[in-house]
Amino acid sequence: MERFWFLTFDGLAAGAVYAAFALALVLIWRAARVVNFAQGAMAVATAYVGYAVVSATGSYWLGLAAAILSGLALGALVERVLMRFAGPGGPLNQVIVALGLVLVIQAVLGMIFGNEYRPAPAPFDTDALTIAGVAALSPYDLWVLGAALTVVALLAVLFTRTPIGLRMRAAAFAPEVSRLLGVSVGRMLTLGWALAAAVGALAGMLVVPTGLGLHSHAMDLVFVIAFTAAVVGGLDSPVGAVVGGLLVGLILSYVTGYLGPDTTPLAVLVLLLAVLLVRPGGLFSAARARHV
Amino acid sequence: MTAVLEVEALSSGYGPVPVLRDVAFTVPAGTVTAVLGANGAGKTTLLRTLSGLLRPTGGRVRYAGEDLRGVRVEHLVRRGLAHVPEGRGVVTELTVAENLRLGGLWRRDRADARRALDEVYELFPALARRRDHAGHQLSGGERQMLAIGRALIARPRLLLLDEPSLGLAPKVTAQIMALLRRLRDERGLTVLLVEQNVRSALSVADQGIVMSLGRVVTAAPAARLRDDDQLRHAYLGF
Amino acid sequence: MTTTPTETAPATASPLRRLLPGAPAGRDPRGSTLLRHLAVAVFAGTLVVLVTNQLAPYQNLQVARVCAFLCVTAGHTVLVGLNGQLSLGHGALMATGAYTVALTQQALDERAVRGWWTLPASLLAGVAVTALGGLVVGLAAARLRGPYLAGVTLAVATLVPAVTTIFTGVFNGEQGLSFPAQTPPAALGAYFQPERWLAWIALAAALLTMLLLANLVRSRFGRSLVVVRDDEVAARLAGIPVARTQVLAFVVSAACAGLGGGVYAMLTATVAPGKFPLDLSLFLLMAIVIGGLGSLAGAVWGAVLLVALQDLPGLLTEHLSLSAGLAQRLEGNLALAVFGLVLIVVMLAAPGGLQGGVRALTARLRGAVRRRPATRRSPDR
Ligand SMILES: Nc1ncnc2c1ncn2[C@@H]1O[C@H](COP(=O)(O)OP(=O)(O)O)[C@@H](O)[C@H]1O
Ligand SMILES: [Mg+2]
Repeated sequence: MERFWFLTFDGLAAGAVYAAFALALVLIWRAARVVNFAQGAMAVATAYVGYAVVSATGSYWLGLAAAILSGLALGALVERVLMRFAGPGGPLNQVIVALGLVLVIQAVLGMIFGNEYRPAPAPFDTDALTIAGVAALSPYDLWVLGAALTVVALLAVLFTRTPIGLRMRAAAFAPEVSRLLGVSVGRMLTLGWALAAAVGALAGMLVVPTGLGLHSHAMDLVFVIAFTAAVVGGLDSPVGAVVGGLLVGLILSYVTGYLGPDTTPLAVLVLLLAVLLVRPGGLFSAARARHV
Repeated sequence: MTAVLEVEALSSGYGPVPVLRDVAFTVPAGTVTAVLGANGAGKTTLLRTLSGLLRPTGGRVRYAGEDLRGVRVEHLVRRGLAHVPEGRGVVTELTVAENLRLGGLWRRDRADARRALDEVYELFPALARRRDHAGHQLSGGERQMLAIGRALIARPRLLLLDEPSLGLAPKVTAQIMALLRRLRDERGLTVLLVEQNVRSALSVADQGIVMSLGRVVTAAPAARLRDDDQLRHAYLGF
Repeated sequence: MTTTPTETAPATASPLRRLLPGAPAGRDPRGSTLLRHLAVAVFAGTLVVLVTNQLAPYQNLQVARVCAFLCVTAGHTVLVGLNGQLSLGHGALMATGAYTVALTQQALDERAVRGWWTLPASLLAGVAVTALGGLVVGLAAARLRGPYLAGVTLAVATLVPAVTTIFTGVFNGEQGLSFPAQTPPAALGAYFQPERWLAWIALAAALLTMLLLANLVRSRFGRSLVVVRDDEVAARLAGIPVARTQVLAFVVSAACAGLGGGVYAMLTATVAPGKFPLDLSLFLLMAIVIGGLGSLAGAVWGAVLLVALQDLPGLLTEHLSLSAGLAQRLEGNLALAVFGLVLIVVMLAAPGGLQGGVRALTARLRGAVRRRPATRRSPDR
């Protein structure tokens, strides 16, 4: 039972990161109807920036801010320079361009920083605290959980309570009508990509210290897991992405804990296929079916 | 009477396919002008070209004396040109209140935007009651009211309306036509009303333009279109 | 070698009318097309065989690798370019073929079963198993649209190498498997270059794949692929079974990838998960995009590109005399960055890829010769 609780807490902490990352995917999907396959690579790039600032200034928080800011910039750049021009060719073209971006980002990171894993120290202790005899969350897990949930809450406020959030939602749902109502749809799209990339950057900063360290491929598996989480929640639903992220985090934690770490990748694949075949719209899809 | 809208030799289309050819007409201020014509005549294409959603391939559009070429779509509403697109243009995922708020987001004069919002709720009590309902929960008539109400929040000079009667019960259609009449008479609103429902449109319009195959085939005062049997037979088929 | 019989026109506004069954789709000289394809294949094959006689062992191995990759890219480009199903998992399908061939060869060797037919039998097994895998993914794919399919296949590509460590007993984990290498038959003489023999085998596989695909693309099924890609509703109205067409396209494409993977394994007589990383799947996509999506001739360009991508880095660092550290960092990455960039530029500026460029060039030349403006795309060539 003790192990169960430990795995549960561990899964929630990991799930919070998947949730944030899945949320970033959902943001772009809702804004532009494209799954950003470059999101993992973009997050790694911003994490490199963040940790470069950490080692230059000695402050984790400055590094975190730098990563998030560079995420904003990178997201806006990718939309303005690439996706805007790939869009007319259809979603297939955008996906392929995103994959080209993955290759470029990973290669450039490899050229600058080399191919070995670089240390990415966590800002808090990563040893689990023992509460009432049960090994539960570490201080770092608490930070991850708190940061991810804060971002989710902030985004919820942004989208439902602010004019800019209303514009972004309208532009995503009905671009033409929104333009007629005075909304700069192009600008909203850029903003959507920027926001998503910033959330991705945060997720990257949170997840990298829990793995082997900084590496151009550090987010490959995380991306696939987050995609699974987004699909579990239904690509269209931000709430779904958060619940999906936590759920996938828990499931993977149990699988890893009880069946061994080697089985994790297989579990992800099975989970993804199962959801897509049984409930393609995600667990939280509205009753309204999408007509193809 | 000054013209709010002057269209000269306008042509446009979709990619290589031309639809509008050499369309010309003027819309005097404070009038309702009906654009009539069969399905596929190019009425929607005309409105989309006027508001810049489609780029004209030739000709000119002057609005309040200014050439609209190069003016971005999202800036037109700031100049008082509102377009309610075909199919009503309600953002169905947003609530009634959000749709209305969206219509006034660009306005600097927040106080007047609030006032305009209150007026819309007054004009359409049904919308006030369904404030927090999502767009897709509304009936066809309510959606049309929402779309028109949302356009009014911009305090437009010129309202482009694309088939507001589409799919509505005759009673609701009559209500909307009465509303247009009121807006014209009380506020001096200029309306370009695209309709296939000829009788309803002519019941409110001051002048009528008949389109066929992308051209204007006749333009006449609404009374003449209503009463001149020959004209009616020739162009409107009844 | 670059002039393959089948040119498939890029997507245009309304290919439907031309492609719908029942519409006058030009003459359908099935027989003569087959003969023409066969003639081109024989010609290309003879040419390559003649060339291999002049090449050094390493160069022959390169030819062999191009041929192995060609099996994969040809099938991949048909799936992505003509049927619009974006698979990011063809590296994993290659791995499936490769491991099947390795396991079969090992098993046969352990039982001391020998003979000329063992390799074809193993390759056939590889094709069959991979086709089966393709059927599973394809069945899922037919129910999925765009990003979901890409996501699932990406997951497959990312995660399948891990399978080899889960079932270490069978796949021997990171180490992988090895099996006896192919040796030239005695009839070719005692001093026959083994690499040349490998190149010939790979060439045979590639020619067979190209021949089959070229005819498939020209067939009624090939036209259905395009109709389904462009407009599923229209396809249904025309009586084309959409789901079955998509699944079948995936199976065919997977079978080609399995063959390519099997041949690829045969070249080194080893398989290991490290040879089939996620990047391989991305490279495959990159190759067919740069070559020209949907074009079998473009698949040849793509295959050449893939081998260049593997070999270029070594050349670069060798000739540029860089410091060891820098060389190590540039190795692989520089070429990757360049190709990634090219991929993006091609996608944004020239979706026809290399083959699209070649086509435009030949059309212009021919137009100049005939002294009349070249039609951009003649329906039947
Ligand atoms: N998106 C489009 N692409 C190509 N042709 C179109 C498009 N929309 C309309 N058309 C064509 O333009 C012509 C005019 O259509 P439209 O303006 O919608 O007519 P109306 O509104 O009078 O019914 C029709 O022949 C129609 O087929
Ligand atoms: Mg219309």
